[in-house]
Amino acid sequence: MSLEYENDGALHAKLIEEVLSQYPDKAAKRRKKHLSVAKSGDQAGGENEILSECDVKSNIKSIPGVMTIRGCAYAGSKGVVWGPVKDMVHISHGPVGCGQYSWSQRRNYYVGTTGIDTFGTMQFTSDFQEKDIVFGGDKKLEQIIDEIELLFPLNNGITVQSECPIGLIGDDTEAVSRKKAKEYEKTIVPVRCEGFRGVSQSLGHHIANDSIRDWVFDKKDVDFEAGAYDVNVIGDYNIGGDAWASRILLEEIGLRVVGNWSGDATLAEIERAPKAKLNLIHCYRSMNYICRHMEEKYGVAWMEYNFFGPSQIETSLRKIAKHFGPEIEEKVEKVIAKYRPLVDAVISKYRPRLEGNTVMLYVGGLRPRHVITAYEDLGMIIVGTGYEFAHNDDYQRTGHYAKNGTLIYDDVTGYELEKFIEGVRPNLVGSGIKEKYPVQKMGIPFRQMHSWDYSGPYHGYDGFAIFARDVDLAINNPVWGLYQAPWKQSPSRGQAMAAE
Amino acid sequence: MPQSAEKILDHAPLFREPEYRQMLAGKKLNFECPHPDQIVADQGEFTKTWAYREKNLARQALVINPAKACQPLGAVFAAAGFERTMSFVHGSQGCVAYYRSHLSRHFKEPASAVSSSMTEDAAVFGGLKNLVDGLANTYQLYDPKMIAVSTTCMAEVIGDDLHSFIENAKDEKSVPRDFDVPFAHTPAFVGSHVDGYDGMLKGILEHFWKGQERTETKGTINLIPGFDGFCVGNNRELKRLLDMMGVSYTFIQDASDQFDTPSDGEYRMYDGGTKIEEVRGALDAEATLSLQHYNTRKTLDYCGQVGQATASFHYPLGVQATDELLMKVSALSGKEIPEAIRLERGRLVDAMADSQSWLHGKKYAIYGDPDFVYAMARFVMETGGEPTHCLATNGSSAWQAELQELLDASPFGMDAQVWAGKDLWALRSLLFTEPVDLLIGNSYGKYLERDTGTPLIRLTFPIFDRHHHHRFALMGYQGGLRVLTTILDKIFDKLDRETSQTGVTDYSYDLTR
Repeated sequence: MSLEYENDGALHAKLIEEVLSQYPDKAAKRRKKHLSVAKSGDQAGGENEILSECDVKSNIKSIPGVMTIRGCAYAGSKGVVWGPVKDMVHISHGPVGCGQYSWSQRRNYYVGTTGIDTFGTMQFTSDFQEKDIVFGGDKKLEQIIDEIELLFPLNNGITVQSECPIGLIGDDTEAVSRKKAKEYEKTIVPVRCEGFRGVSQSLGHHIANDSIRDWVFDKKDVDFEAGAYDVNVIGDYNIGGDAWASRILLEEIGLRVVGNWSGDATLAEIERAPKAKLNLIHCYRSMNYICRHMEEKYGVAWMEYNFFGPSQIETSLRKIAKHFGPEIEEKVEKVIAKYRPLVDAVISKYRPRLEGNTVMLYVGGLRPRHVITAYEDLGMIIVGTGYEFAHNDDYQRTGHYAKNGTLIYDDVTGYELEKFIEGVRPNLVGSGIKEKYPVQKMGIPFRQMHSWDYSGPYHGYDGFAIFARDVDLAINNPVWGLYQAPWKQSPSRGQAMAAE
Repeated sequence: MPQSAEKILDHAPLFREPEYRQMLAGKKLNFECPHPDQIVADQGEFTKTWAYREKNLARQALVINPAKACQPLGAVFAAAGFERTMSFVHGSQGCVAYYRSHLSRHFKEPASAVSSSMTEDAAVFGGLKNLVDGLANTYQLYDPKMIAVSTTCMAEVIGDDLHSFIENAKDEKSVPRDFDVPFAHTPAFVGSHVDGYDGMLKGILEHFWKGQERTETKGTINLIPGFDGFCVGNNRELKRLLDMMGVSYTFIQDASDQFDTPSDGEYRMYDGGTKIEEVRGALDAEATLSLQHYNTRKTLDYCGQVGQATASFHYPLGVQATDELLMKVSALSGKEIPEAIRLERGRLVDAMADSQSWLHGKKYAIYGDPDFVYAMARFVMETGGEPTHCLATNGSSAWQAELQELLDASPFGMDAQVWAGKDLWALRSLLFTEPVDLLIGNSYGKYLERDTGTPLIRLTFPIFDRHHHHRFALMGYQGGLRVLTTILDKIFDKLDRETSQTGVTDYSYDLTR
């Protein structure tokens, strides 16, 4: 159900010009490469249709002093990839802040007894003091691991998430991890995700992926026999329960989900993954590395899919089924038919309330492209989108989703985003907590698209219903009509013209 | 199929539906390789024992669920209290994303700050270039009146020198020579956010006061609030009291408007704050008062050095602490405390008398920043409560001794214990082994509430999971009333919940309490 529209490319080009004119020359030159308007691409039909070219520079250093929205490698590793693995203790190794600010903020839902066999919503830190910086923290790390074993004996492993100072003072967390892993016969993973590495969260994802390859795979005899329909879900962090709303569909079409990476995951799910038959990857950006490795080393094929909104869910289910053959294909058609009445009911309830509303997105990972069709399923128009930490291959993939004339902004600065929103005046902005309040002050409805604004799930059919409801309640809340004090309201344009 | 368009279930009810329960049970059984339920239950019980507590409190290296953040957060908060001031944090950029998110989640407001975005090459060669370019960009894009520079631990470890870097940047015309760029080194591996506050504030005062002639204006006072997640409510309340007294004062570091901007269609990146001219003028004040002693130790020393009289308080709320603040202000300013304030005091005391039977003998665990814990312990004792556990992860031995003295002076403090440097996982053991009736803290306490069943009262930063509490004052007599009511509501709600089973406990479900 592809929505046909074209965006106002000329306006968007003008807005880009205007923001660039405000920068010092050097910064303007650098920022120019990150901003663009999607151009009409190859119009060839079919599954691989490219709607536009979203050609911007990406994955390069942010400019100092401009208020980038990006995070760091630690956020990519501890916050995204490793943090959700629930039966391991993740040590934020270094000063107290990183672990404190990221404590319980990503809403990676899990089931378990927190503090006993599960540790997801806890903050373990080595709380570095000056003496640790001066004399090194390796001894302290050893002691920390001893204390974890004493107080949390049911942990199934430990990761050491390095913060900035660790790499700067030359600590050898690998040696400590190796020694203690041997002593306790447990998996201990040192992750070199110091925040100054790379240009964003992205390198942290990569480093975390590599640490799974180097410190988890092939380290134990994994006693698990895989079946013909065993898959892993890769890159679903179970935010607000996303992975569960996806898993229920995959099970319904006859697949077995061996491992979910990494929302609600246990270490066992990571260890067994190479035995599965197919890796289904949702967040390509954060976990494509390990999929490529599993393909190369263990022959596990991988496939991207998209469970946002009914159009993409149907396409993805059919694509997945095709991989497994007629038996699954038949079940997929049944599942699609089963959920059709729900989809129809949701769309007929909300589409009339949302039709034609415009949306600007600025998120990370997969969402700046993956959610586009979900909005379009509700009759909404995506006028601008951009990524915090994408690479070139993400923007290539965006071309499958973004329409001609869409405003594209990579690693957008606070200044640019504000000016773009002012210039476009969309009906909804979907971005993060740092962007939420400035946008709402401007009188524009907003939904957080990282945390689902404390709602969710948004994946799967069950999630789509929630998504539709949330978009509606954001846009159609009466508060937006109360911004102007009645004694300050200027006459509306119609009245003013009549008076002329 | 649990979901329907008529009644859309979100995560809380959705995953309680049988389809999902069954799916999750299957996941656990077939794929998670969990420990047997009995072993998990046994370990859970063990963590409630004195034996576990001893091991837990004996921890030397591992910190679990600390109640403190790092220095630059305090510096960013401090800078937000000055007119059109942009925080510029020199070091890795991810840190700044964290401070902004942390402040926004609490205040439900925009929180602006920029980073010098140092990466690996800057780690090798130093971050001078980042600071020079960064200041120029910030100055041009965000039109600040002042840029307040602090540091992440990365910049501290490699030893970047802010003073010389800023001089360099001015030489290279990143900002005009006379543009105000105060700074503070704020290493995350020393102290906590309250020290970052102290450092940044001292940095700003030094920037404006150093080398200036001081002409004392008798009877004028500076007031410094300290790091306070309730600044929106508190600062306005304090200003109201001082205005009622007719005191001539400068509120130094006032983030109350910055973190409470109106929604009227305009996004204000900057709002309110102490004016730069006021900061300059504040040098001439006769005295500087700090409302949070442990937030302002260096700053107050500096104020003393320039010749001002100084005094400090511990988050003044409740009866006696507010009395002391007002009498001090009165003594310094020569202004009488007006009758209207005496009546306000009387109204707080009246409310406390009305409710005293519900509060007398209640046991509390209190955690938070050192001054806050001191204040709450004191107020709780004024109501006849007993502060059984007083915990500050960033509390020093001096704080411990000072609080102990307060507790020793009251029969209600007889059984109180002070825990300096301990974290919330330690508090979990304390609550299991020596239980209390009520827990006072912030949102992180909800895990303690869940595990131990102790009702949590959210009265300090950060509060992420309840809205708008910070818009109301806790300080002063009015604030005391708010604290009192909040505590009472928690007590009554719990009592109602525990007596609401018809046919079992309905006899205590009283209409009037």
